[in-house]
Amino acid sequence: MKIAVCIKRVPDMESRFRISSDGKVVDETGLKFDMSDFDGYAVEVALQITEKLGQGEVVVVSLGPDAVQEALRKALSMGAARAIHLKADRVPSDGFAIARALASELKSGGFDLIMFGKHAMDTMSGVVGPMTAELLGLPNVSAVSKLDVVQGRGTARRELEGAAEIVEFPLPAVVSIDEGIARPRYPSLKGIMAAKKKPLESKPAQLDAPRLEVTKTELPPDRQGGRIIGEGAAAVPELVRLLQTEAKVL
Amino acid sequence: MANVLVFAETRSGDLRKVALEAVTAGRALADKDGGEVHAVMLGAPGIASKAEQLGRHGADVVLVVEHQALANHSAEVAAATVAARAKAGAYAAVVFSASAQGKDLAPRVAAKLGVPMAADVLSFERTGTGINAKHAGYASKVVQTLTLSAQPAILSVRPGAVAPAATPKSGRVESLAPAMDPGTARVVVKEMVQGRSGKPDLGEAPVVVSGGRGLRAAENFRLVEELADAFGNAAVGCTRAVADDGWRPQSDQIGQTGRTVSPQLYVAVGISGAIQHLAGMRTAKTIVAINRDKEAPIFKVADYGIVGDALEIVPALTAAVREAKKGH
Repeated sequence: MKIAVCIKRVPDMESRFRISSDGKVVDETGLKFDMSDFDGYAVEVALQITEKLGQGEVVVVSLGPDAVQEALRKALSMGAARAIHLKADRVPSDGFAIARALASELKSGGFDLIMFGKHAMDTMSGVVGPMTAELLGLPNVSAVSKLDVVQGRGTARRELEGAAEIVEFPLPAVVSIDEGIARPRYPSLKGIMAAKKKPLESKPAQLDAPRLEVTKTELPPDRQGGRIIGEGAAAVPELVRLLQTEAKVL
Repeated sequence: MANVLVFAETRSGDLRKVALEAVTAGRALADKDGGEVHAVMLGAPGIASKAEQLGRHGADVVLVVEHQALANHSAEVAAATVAARAKAGAYAAVVFSASAQGKDLAPRVAAKLGVPMAADVLSFERTGTGINAKHAGYASKVVQTLTLSAQPAILSVRPGAVAPAATPKSGRVESLAPAMDPGTARVVVKEMVQGRSGKPDLGEAPVVVSGGRGLRAAENFRLVEELADAFGNAAVGCTRAVADDGWRPQSDQIGQTGRTVSPQLYVAVGISGAIQHLAGMRTAKTIVAINRDKEAPIFKVADYGIVGDALEIVPALTAAVREAKKGH
């Protein structure tokens, strides 16, 4: 079982974000970074599958500047066998350009399973996984909250609004991992030491010119927040009045 | 002439509300330069009877794909069919809802057409050269403008961001053949697991009442449910802490790693307002917060706050909402 997990390095979402001086993007200088949450779940699920089968290899892939190697090393310290760094000056906003670069790298890798997190915490778009599946001509299953792989077939639970689907599919396939499936393990000291010796191959990403750009970034409009209308149950009549007459939602 | 293609989502033989939202959004886009809206709907035989609703919300043409094997959604068949139609029809844009199915489907259609897409957008507008779409990013702490220059522009619209509006058009029904044999789909739905029946879904409910650790014990969630029942059209959500503690199912979790909701009214009960949670609800139209700590960050995003013990305030609010509803 050969599994590729595509991961992204993103800023810590607890950060106070500042807008760049040209007003276009988030200024990421000085922020703390880590592997995106859902990607961590995907690495964990991949490791559990190979551990359960007692065989296989987990390869982690990330596109971006040299700094993404930190996230790759973290995945290696969790237990992935090797890493591929697709080098680019920056991660483009155009998810299709990223999917094309990933697909061109992954197509000859002989992977049984290619995994993604549901979405990256910065772009919150979740398009790269399904696009990569499509470009590779593989079955795609997204929003997976349970995954079983037995003898070349997968069974997954997909979360929908107020319902779920149980789906079956043949391998090779692409899956995107949702919340709740597995908690990513913390790298052990032994894992961290071992990761330093694991292979990490760096090569240029094959990126097309982007056709989607972030042209403006704003902080959300300020709410008239902080309007505390009272204390305790005594404030309830005033709240109901405001909901009826001002907010008009009741 | 710049026509717009819309994917109208169905489930269990019926249209979903997000389908009406997507058609409404598509109508607004097409009206900019006198184009038509063509809605595609897939389902088991009989689904065509739902086409009239799409016409009422602005579809000039409803393309209906009926097949026995489409009783459950098949993303493969839908992607192939929507992409084939998009190619044949030279559409300016293809609009989806950013629902669970739409989030899965739209990128596949975009990839089949060889173009990028703007996902989970809050609003959009035509420009001279393409489309600008607003999108919440970085745990919803910023709003970004995505500029798409490829044709067609592929968009998925955040559920709840566009209110379905009646713009009656003819909604002429045309039958459309699936672009692949539904029997050959590789991913097959074996079973649909229904959530709690009779309750509106979190993503669709106009009111969401949500609880956190401030409720102190799992059994006190009953108060949240009673408040939701009093509103009548409310869904119940929770924080990550509460889901992790097993008080509520993971599927009820609202936040960065859970569901994102944009209801008309969001009532946060015993929720401090961690970034994790705010990421999932700060685009709600009106936010009410009930919390013991008056310094809690939830009060910074709340339109109306009450400081105090949720266990005392919520029952009073439930009674008052019931009373207000009676007056209608």
